[in-house]
Amino acid sequence: MTVADVLLLALGAIAVGSGALVVTSTHLVRSGFYLVVSLGAIAGLYLVLGAELVAWVQVLVYVGAVVVLLLFAVMLTRAPIGPSADLDRPALPAAVIGAGVGLGLTALFVDAFRWTRFPSPDPGTAERLGEQIFGAWVLPFEVLSILLLSALVGAIVLSRPDIGARKAEDA
Amino acid sequence: MHVVIPYVVGALLFALGVYGVLRRRNAILVLMAVELMLNAVNLILVTADVSVRAVLPGTGGVFALFVIVLAAAEVGVGLAIVLQFYRMRRIVVVDEVRLDTDEERVAG
Repeated sequence: MTVADVLLLALGAIAVGSGALVVTSTHLVRSGFYLVVSLGAIAGLYLVLGAELVAWVQVLVYVGAVVVLLLFAVMLTRAPIGPSADLDRPALPAAVIGAGVGLGLTALFVDAFRWTRFPSPDPGTAERLGEQIFGAWVLPFEVLSILLLSALVGAIVLSRPDIGARKAEDA
Repeated sequence: MHVVIPYVVGALLFALGVYGVLRRRNAILVLMAVELMLNAVNLILVTADVSVRAVLPGTGGVFALFVIVLAAAEVGVGLAIVLQFYRMRRIVVVDEVRLDTDEERVAG
């Protein structure tokens, strides 16, 4: 057990524990905040694994933007402040399928990698990642920019009531 | 470092996401569970960068960045749909969404 292993174990335990609270909490808003803790722990895991830029992008985009958007939606849908009783379906089928997926994937990974030691990666700089993105992966990068633009336009069209609905009423 | 630790963490997070998507009735909580699943996949991609010898070094990180961008687009459009549906019907619970009434309305 090296320092990196201890860090990986601790951050992984935080990520999985708060992830479990995200899917079991009866408070809508608390779920969102547990999601922040889980995503932050995953960003820490990226740092230990040597993916520095991915960790900071994770903090910026996920913790900074996506979670704020989710909490914004929680507030706009008039979520109750206390615990809500009717958030969940019956637990059994979901638990069976979830446990099956978890056990299957865990068995797969444990069987594939065992307890072998890999050399710690040298911390990746943004420069190296940038060379990769704008060298080998420049076409997916451009496609992704088109996708972001269309998602932006789609979200605007969906959330403006005067674009789609009026035509349906006229017809 | 023992690479199996982040792999198992990723597998467990993915399982939690599957459980959440199947268990939750509120659409926003379903989206949160989807975020958990996407993060599990990202974690596995970044870990694969360390453990698998690839032709291009750093491919896992690049793919993780792409998935983060996709997740941002997904959550933007998804929440726009949820909020618009809430404005029309006052419903955020997935089970209560009735699709047949929509068809009648559009046809009539």
